[in-house]
Amino acid sequence: MAEVNVKIDGHPIVMEDGAFVLEGARNLGIYIPTLCYYPYMTPYAACRICAVEARDAKGWSKIVTACNYPVWEGLEIHTNTPRVMNARRVNLEMLMSRCEPVPVLQQLADQFGIDTLRWGTGDNTCILCGLCVRVCDEVVGAHALAFSERGIFRKVSTPFGGESGDCILCGACAKVCPTGHIKLEEIKGRSIVHKEISLGPNSAITLPFRQAVPNVPYIDVEKCIHFSTGECKVCSRVCPKDCIHYDDQDQYEEFDIGAVVMATGFDNFDPTPMKQYGYGKYPNVITAEEFEMMNNAAGPTGGRILLENGEEPRAIAILHCIGSRDQDHHKYCSRVCCMYAFKFSHLVKEKTNAEVYQLYIDIRSFGKGYEEFYQRILDEDVNLIRGKAAEVIPSGFRRGEEGHLLVLCEDTLIGKFREIPVDMVILCTALEARRDAKDIGRKFNISVGADGWYIEAHPKLGPVSTTTEGVFLAGACQGPKDIPDTVAQGGAAASHALKLMCLGEILMDAAYAVIREEYCSGCRVCNELCPYNAIEYLSDKKVSTINAALCKACGTCVAACPAGAIVGRHFTDDQIYAQIEGMLV
Amino acid sequence: MSFEPKIIGFLCNWCSYTGADLAGTARMKYPPNMTSIRVMCSGRVDPGFILDAFQKGADGVLICGCHPGDCHYVEGNYKCMRRIPLTKKIMKEMGIEPRRLRLEWVSASEGARFQQIVTEFTEQIRALGPLTLNEWAFAPTEAEAPHEQAAGRE
Repeated sequence: MAEVNVKIDGHPIVMEDGAFVLEGARNLGIYIPTLCYYPYMTPYAACRICAVEARDAKGWSKIVTACNYPVWEGLEIHTNTPRVMNARRVNLEMLMSRCEPVPVLQQLADQFGIDTLRWGTGDNTCILCGLCVRVCDEVVGAHALAFSERGIFRKVSTPFGGESGDCILCGACAKVCPTGHIKLEEIKGRSIVHKEISLGPNSAITLPFRQAVPNVPYIDVEKCIHFSTGECKVCSRVCPKDCIHYDDQDQYEEFDIGAVVMATGFDNFDPTPMKQYGYGKYPNVITAEEFEMMNNAAGPTGGRILLENGEEPRAIAILHCIGSRDQDHHKYCSRVCCMYAFKFSHLVKEKTNAEVYQLYIDIRSFGKGYEEFYQRILDEDVNLIRGKAAEVIPSGFRRGEEGHLLVLCEDTLIGKFREIPVDMVILCTALEARRDAKDIGRKFNISVGADGWYIEAHPKLGPVSTTTEGVFLAGACQGPKDIPDTVAQGGAAASHALKLMCLGEILMDAAYAVIREEYCSGCRVCNELCPYNAIEYLSDKKVSTINAALCKACGTCVAACPAGAIVGRHFTDDQIYAQIEGMLV
Repeated sequence: MSFEPKIIGFLCNWCSYTGADLAGTARMKYPPNMTSIRVMCSGRVDPGFILDAFQKGADGVLICGCHPGDCHYVEGNYKCMRRIPLTKKIMKEMGIEPRRLRLEWVSASEGARFQQIVTEFTEQIRALGPLTLNEWAFAPTEAEAPHEQAAGRE
């Protein structure tokens, strides 16, 4: 394409013929306000805020919209003349006559120095920029939105104003909307989610977690627009390194390994079924994990503790034992909650002026330094109430107020029912076994207990090993555990695995089966029975033989041998008959 | 004096023996009538053992293995599961009630289940009364005698 020379505010720039003025201005770093412009979509010139003055060498001049005005040889653009500013002001005033309360417009009004609105005000929030319609058509490819009606009735709408069958719920329209007219929670039905901690539905590209190794983002195929409609591909257009490959697939790799450390961790209990606490119903009822995310300095709120409406809470209730020590859910104690609940109250006290209420069954401060921390929390004016919360209901914080929460509980120490007004409720949810623990356990041939935790070889003498040689346990996959215990067990598991590797040879049990060739008739019944293929038929001798290194001494072949030719060492027939005799005679 | 049955239990090393151990460490009480014999796998239980136990005066035999799919040796418990109906057939021919033999799955975490099974089975055998064997049941014919010695008892 031919190149043309253009001047923007006196700065010369070479641009492709037919490119738009706005692109050149952005490349030069010259500010032109826009409302309806978004990269990767055809410009639409709906808001007309990007008005600039185009001139040529002969003195011709015209106000044009920078977003869709193509450049030509000798074009001079001025972005800051009184005429331009006047045009922008008029356009903005006209927009505000329809949509006065929109924050973006008010910011621009401040910037342009508009004090009076000559054509009145309106309280609509849609400026009809058409971004949502264009993003749905051009990027998402769902074609679920369009303008409808004419003149002052013009609006963005789904077909016939109803629920659009073509909408894929991607949320792109809300993302591009400059005024907030389209709201995420309304489309997704997610108004119950705490806005400050919700990462929103647009996170199709995400890191698995912050400390992931390798620290590389991935595309969530279920959420990605491209995998739903085949369009979009915005990420591949933005990526300067060409790293995005939509047709990459999961790959299976095979490794030869001699030891396995199971460190599959735990799942968090989902408190949604416990309707009495209103998780998922009231936005300010959050789980401990969500609080931790909010409290993180690198998190969505930058570490500030905020309510759903962005305000600081005045009182917080921390509810212990949600799902643990509960006959209806998990009977065990999750071990870590008491201490992290104390940490939470310490942090809340440090960061806010909020009152903290801890509702506990028993305080279990079992570890080194834990009891001391408990005492310190007691000195920090935290209200500890012995009694499990019965219910969380919506209520006013003070008489006549709305939109707060009331925690109902019995204070068993004073023997009275209490109603505690709070702004936020944190649920200390139980640690539970991974939902696929049983399948994984079966793959590695290790047993799973009734609660789903992996069973160690011996609770006292073999807390790291399992009944399967070479498979070791580390951390919460074996049971609820705090960080020091997890690190200790992980170290032990690693050294067990290392020991196997350093020895270079494997010590095996002396228990294995032997075939006495003189009794073997070569019937080969045993060959099919062996799950480890340890039995081989020697065609020259016409007898079977057992490879002692492969034999795991289960004894199935011993029981099956019709000639009694197989001896299971340490569990011989003689020994067992002697046991039976000893017991009965 | 009430009848106290003698029961022999064959417990697989990985699931049921550990489960029984758990019942013990958890101080769960169950009748002392069952004496357990540890085998590495329920697949190791030779029908000969079962019949021998009955011959020597056991009133019941309980075999416990891992739950199907959980066998430490992949499929030993399935082998056992196939042998039990055949053994029961032989028992019937010998005049022993098949109910005196029971196969159960007890995992390492099921101490309570083990307790319950042993209690139930003991009560069942107690209700059945002592095992009386017909004289001919275990009497080997002269022709069979040497074979029996070679096959079952080395």
